[in-house]
Amino acid sequence: MAEIKFRSRLGGTWSTETKVGASIVGVVVLAALVGPILSPWEPNAPDVLGSLEPPSFAHWMGTDSVGRDVLTRTLVGTQISLLAGVLVTIATVVIGTIIGSLVAYAGGWVDAFLSRVVDTAIAIPFIVVVLATVVILGVGTFSVGVGMVVVGWAVYARLARAEVLSLREHEFIMATKSLGYSPARILFRHVIPNVIRPSLTFATMDVVAAMVVLAAMSYLGFGTQPPVADLGSIIAGGQPFLLSAWWISTLPALVLIALGVGVGMIDDGFSTGSKAKR
Amino acid sequence: MLNYLFRRLLLGLAQLLGLVIVVFLILQAVPGDPVRIMLGERVPAEYVETVRERLGLNEPMLTQLWTYLTRIVTGDLGESVTFGQSIQTLVASRMEPSAYLITYGLLLAVIFGGVLGVFAAVRSGTVADFTLRILATALLAMPAFWVGLVLALIFGIAWGLFPVSGYQPGLVGAFRTLTLPAIAIALSLVAVVLRTLRSSMKRVLDSEYIEAARARGYSENRVLARHALRNAVTPTISIVAVVVGFLIGGTAVIEQVFSIPGLGSLLVQAVERRDYPVVQAIALLAGTVVIVAGLVADLLQAALDPRVRNAIRNG
Repeated sequence: MAEIKFRSRLGGTWSTETKVGASIVGVVVLAALVGPILSPWEPNAPDVLGSLEPPSFAHWMGTDSVGRDVLTRTLVGTQISLLAGVLVTIATVVIGTIIGSLVAYAGGWVDAFLSRVVDTAIAIPFIVVVLATVVILGVGTFSVGVGMVVVGWAVYARLARAEVLSLREHEFIMATKSLGYSPARILFRHVIPNVIRPSLTFATMDVVAAMVVLAAMSYLGFGTQPPVADLGSIIAGGQPFLLSAWWISTLPALVLIALGVGVGMIDDGFSTGSKAKR
Repeated sequence: MLNYLFRRLLLGLAQLLGLVIVVFLILQAVPGDPVRIMLGERVPAEYVETVRERLGLNEPMLTQLWTYLTRIVTGDLGESVTFGQSIQTLVASRMEPSAYLITYGLLLAVIFGGVLGVFAAVRSGTVADFTLRILATALLAMPAFWVGLVLALIFGIAWGLFPVSGYQPGLVGAFRTLTLPAIAIALSLVAVVLRTLRSSMKRVLDSEYIEAARARGYSENRVLARHALRNAVTPTISIVAVVVGFLIGGTAVIEQVFSIPGLGSLLVQAVERRDYPVVQAIALLAGTVVIVAGLVADLLQAALDPRVRNAIRNG
């Protein structure tokens, strides 16, 4: 049953909302990938004489306090934020799903013990974990990413555990057992592919959430280190000039919002679409 | 019910123990000598050794964990090397603004998220509902610190309604100084509450007993307030605990934006100075608040929802 539902969800016709959302995300991602190549400006090369210039034909979104082109920097920053968000989410989903499935499959005291670990991991506020990781590993995009994986896996472990527990009783899993497959083969070839799908629908919004957290960390100075900048560092860099040079902080924030709205629309479109079909 | 209460309390205690162990491991996980990193390169080796001795870092790890546990239980958080103060005094002096900010933000998130969530569910499928939903996702994607900056710019600098930095003690002062920061951290949580309540309210409104209530000729307001909302609210309670966790996270950033001398900015300072014991103390405090909030939410849910109660009794 679950099988059929998910196939129709991913392969079925897209609602208008999903299409609009996908277009927004597509445009932003495309701009981030292609824009920096087409731009005549270096994202991290300062030009002190041309600092804080308002948007013009040469600098479409103006320049920042040391004369760097805001548009180019924002597009490169989007690449960094997006890459970090996607990698963190993939790592979180994969690690969480594997742990959750293993735990449910093992059962017994392993399950009981690790379920408590998951409960505890979920209870610790994410910022505390991320900052603790930064304190241990030092500042940087990587540390923040590791911190977010350390926070995030537990939710997916819980999801996967619940899925596996219900899946275990299904006939096709029983069949793999009677065929004499090894537990590892059953787990990785038959259980996890079925378990990971519900997590994936959950994970799309997490990409944006991870980008926002990284932005916040970079704002505090613990994330992406200068001269390289993610969206958060660009916003932070524009903070002292909000009154005189609004263009520095505005564009990167708009990119984050556009991505959020786009992903949200894809999400909502899918969930209402699948409901209508049921 | 008593059995459930007992089991739930036990889970809370297990979580607290897990939290203490995780927090304890922060210091152990630091590569190299944490005391050397904390004090810097120029401090003589003998002094580093004294501090190591004082923090008990030369003992075996399990002994350290035990000492740490017993100290925590007696409420002794130790001393901060870089602030030159006992951590209790340090934390206590920063507690007030953060406590007010979190409470204020929680109230805003629950009230506005609640009202808008019910509204969106009732007007489901209309332009208003669609706009609210798009707005909610936009709010989710806005970094709180950017929202804070924009709010400070409009309401603080351009209109001069609120101060844009610092903190004044007392209720009036807190209201003046914390309104903008509280809005900034609450906005994204309004979206979370709105989305959760909207979906559970919609599910309830589609159910047969609501149809039955309408068929009986009850007024729409009565159906909403007495029948629908009561059933929709309980699933939302459980996310309030999650919201508290996010609020604590939000304060660290937003206190920095508005220069509020609270626990969040203390945490940031402690990370900057590599003052591990202070980071540990705040992590412990924040985790405890979230664990307690989760406990309260679960018990409240069990008390309010007969279905949960029955499930507990039978399961």
